[in-house]
Amino acid sequence: MSAEASKIGKPMERLEDDALLLGLSRFVDDIDLPNMVEAAFVRSPHAHARVNGIETSAAADFEGVIAVLCLDDIRQLLTSDKLAVGLPSPAYRQKVDRPILADTEVTYVGEPVAVVLAISRGVAEDAAQLVDVAYEPLAAVADCRDALQAGSVTAHTSLPDNLVARFNMNFGDVDRVFNAAPHVLSESFWQHRGGSHSMECRGGVAVHDLQEDLLTFWSSTQTPLVAKEMLCNLLDRSADSVRVVAPDVGGGFGPKLVFYQEDIVLAVAALLTKRPVKWIEDRREHFVATTQERDQYWNVEVAANADGIILGVRGDLIHDHGAYTARGVNIPYGSSLSVILPYNIEAYALDIKLALTNKVPVTPVRGAGQPQGAFVIERLLDRVAEKCGLDRAEVRRRNLVRADQMPCEKPLKLRGGTTVKLDSGDYHKTLELALEKAGWDQFPDRQRAALSQGRYIGQGVATYVEGTGRGPFESVKVRVDPTGQINVYSGAAAMGQSTKSMLAQLVADQLGGDLKSINVTTGDSSKIEFGFGGFNSRQTVMAGSSAHAAAVKVREKATRLAAALFDVTHDQLEWNDGIISVSGSSNRTLSLGEAASNLKGLPGYSLPAGLAPGLEFTEEIVIDDMAYSYGAAVANVEIDIGTGEAKVTDFVIAHDCGRIINPMIVDGQVLGGVVHGISNTLFEKMGYDENAQPVTTNYGEYLLVTAAELPRIQIIHCETPSPLNELGVKGVGESGVIPCAPAIVSAIEDALSPFDVRVSQTPVSPIDIVGMIAEGRTAP
Amino acid sequence: MNKLEHTDKDVVVTVNGKPRSENVPVRMTLADFLRHQLGLTGTHVGCEHGVCGACTVLVDGKAVRSCLMLAVQANSADVTTLEGLALDGEELTPLQQAFKDHHALQCGFCTGGMLMTLTEVLEDSPDPTEAEIRIAISGNLCRCTGYQGIVDAALAAAKILRDERRP
Repeated sequence: MSAEASKIGKPMERLEDDALLLGLSRFVDDIDLPNMVEAAFVRSPHAHARVNGIETSAAADFEGVIAVLCLDDIRQLLTSDKLAVGLPSPAYRQKVDRPILADTEVTYVGEPVAVVLAISRGVAEDAAQLVDVAYEPLAAVADCRDALQAGSVTAHTSLPDNLVARFNMNFGDVDRVFNAAPHVLSESFWQHRGGSHSMECRGGVAVHDLQEDLLTFWSSTQTPLVAKEMLCNLLDRSADSVRVVAPDVGGGFGPKLVFYQEDIVLAVAALLTKRPVKWIEDRREHFVATTQERDQYWNVEVAANADGIILGVRGDLIHDHGAYTARGVNIPYGSSLSVILPYNIEAYALDIKLALTNKVPVTPVRGAGQPQGAFVIERLLDRVAEKCGLDRAEVRRRNLVRADQMPCEKPLKLRGGTTVKLDSGDYHKTLELALEKAGWDQFPDRQRAALSQGRYIGQGVATYVEGTGRGPFESVKVRVDPTGQINVYSGAAAMGQSTKSMLAQLVADQLGGDLKSINVTTGDSSKIEFGFGGFNSRQTVMAGSSAHAAAVKVREKATRLAAALFDVTHDQLEWNDGIISVSGSSNRTLSLGEAASNLKGLPGYSLPAGLAPGLEFTEEIVIDDMAYSYGAAVANVEIDIGTGEAKVTDFVIAHDCGRIINPMIVDGQVLGGVVHGISNTLFEKMGYDENAQPVTTNYGEYLLVTAAELPRIQIIHCETPSPLNELGVKGVGESGVIPCAPAIVSAIEDALSPFDVRVSQTPVSPIDIVGMIAEGRTAP
Repeated sequence: MNKLEHTDKDVVVTVNGKPRSENVPVRMTLADFLRHQLGLTGTHVGCEHGVCGACTVLVDGKAVRSCLMLAVQANSADVTTLEGLALDGEELTPLQQAFKDHHALQCGFCTGGMLMTLTEVLEDSPDPTEAEIRIAISGNLCRCTGYQGIVDAALAAAKILRDERRP
């Protein structure tokens, strides 16, 4: 059978674009239902306080208010008054699940205490001011290092201490390696990442259809199927009586994978008021009530020989967990894995402690701890380069995992117990490509010339490996209707990464037709039963593999049908744009729609060729091993030593995410990741004072990078297929962010080399840079 | 008690070429008026404090933040929203088409504001440099694209519009 040219690897228009460009998309706040009420949450203004009572009568009496609900008002509808969502791990020492609404204690600013339901958002917000909560302020834990000091105040009065979880990552004989090493260098790093700041905040609309006893929840979520399961469990409702739909989602970046207190409260409120209930988070709430990825403090040592070969890394990490467990220990787990992924390291020992603080819970933001791990090893490599008198790129060459080692097993386990095995790639190649493009070897001359003019420019390099395609599966159903319409349903969740276009392209690759003829539904629990959603750069790997497999089966079945109907062999058939025809015979054709119609059956007649009914297949391809994307980045910066401003003047990234489905979309994912990383490194800082009061709660105080501060990002693609899935794909959504902080910080240090400064932190603000220059080991 | 909500005012405003006469609460923002009273949900609200730019619309041809303007302030004004960009019979404007061609949008939440800002920019300066485009959209935040596709789309659309205007 002849095959059409593959559609994989070609830039194709996105299915999503027209509606978004014309204002016809449907985000959650665009949903408007008759009789709908709107919610405003009463939130704790204290980082830590006892709640001695909640007086709601003034708010309840306010004109236009439908109801004011506290925990006591909703308990009777719930199987639990807490959200137990933590991923399993033996590392936990304490169980700290979020109360659905505060009970007797609040433990972070922004924690929901009560909800006001009213005829409009404005009225609800006005009335929320009238809810009188009797708080008795308690001492708060603001710094995760202080939290672990003996005798520290505890973030929860009921807990003995703040050590919520602890685990080790280790392999090799660390003591032997360090005792014998010619060089042992020690460093301390502070790393901070802020919030996700999707341009659309969170939000939801809940409605209970009394006729069908169906609770529908539209949510701006990355994990609609998980949300459905939570609602079923908390409300003791059957799977058929709850539907969760993610409409158009205006960005996710991690925190929207979490199931929140507001989600279940909205559902309960819809059940209690028998009216649709809407809540749209405002930006200030996003700063205080949506999860973040905040602080890590690392104390580490590296052992190296005189040739710059890294022999071992050891140390400890303190990770700010926030006030509750809203996801798990996965961020520091990912951080500690990322330290050793790109390089050959003989011995490793890291002691990881997760500390409770009186701040909003910490869960993954794009990168999920991996940028921090990369920062640590890349900074250590720079130190080794300096110590050994070697070029920074050369030290990386000497230590990178080699292509001839692939697949390369690392003596560590993923969180589910699977061994870490780098699946494929040529790490040296991306490094060399990035260095060449950035003019690495010529840079020292440019730097000297600039310095002679009083300009401080610097260059830095970093490599990275990203674990992508978190399993075990994502389900996809492909169904052809008798009309010829191809429908694709998936548990995958679209939030901007072109997920629908990706699935359509893979299905069109098998079944022909253009993308627009394929109707893709993601994130609707009524269309697909099992799945997880969008996180961990997994959807092309997991849902893509299932879509491909389902489309292949549809194609095979339609081919068998055509062969039987025309009484020919498979190799006498050809496919063109969804039409199967007998080679050389223009009138013997079967469209996909006709095939579906044939397979629909007729009462009393046999199905053709003994085939099973229907032209649809659901696939759940299971892949436990992760596919590792990788690459290298070179950053150039110029620093104004007067103001401390560091400007990224050039940024090159060479990356390999396996086989590329749509190069345009991959470019977009890499660019978005890189700019997120630049923003994290130079601009974003979620500030808190010593009482754990947030001090950056608007975009004047919390800076996001804008177009004006950015250079043109240069991207180089490499394509080494992953052997782990039939398509050969790897994930890419989070890759770009990972090498940014180490490459940029290395460049800053390089630019400031005349002052001999040390940069051991990210983010780096202009104030920090001015301070570093003043305190540099060489005076300006 | 609930006085503000009940203090309404009549507003006469032209939206996307159509005259509208509406009664609005005086505290209602232009963004909420467009979205919730007129159902023009292509205008998005991202920060409600005038920084993110997602709510940008044209008022008398000038790009404004509709979250920072009250609906009553738009009385007798001419307002254009995302829904009003493509003219009758036109599928997409050259700028919208360029956004599509250059992957200038991912989640699409900031896109409407970007398009409105750039529509004004390309009207005022038909031959902008890349640096000028970057400064022009520095009041519009995007978390998905890294801005590069948006800059490329704006430069490409500027060229197409210049060619179209050429006699």
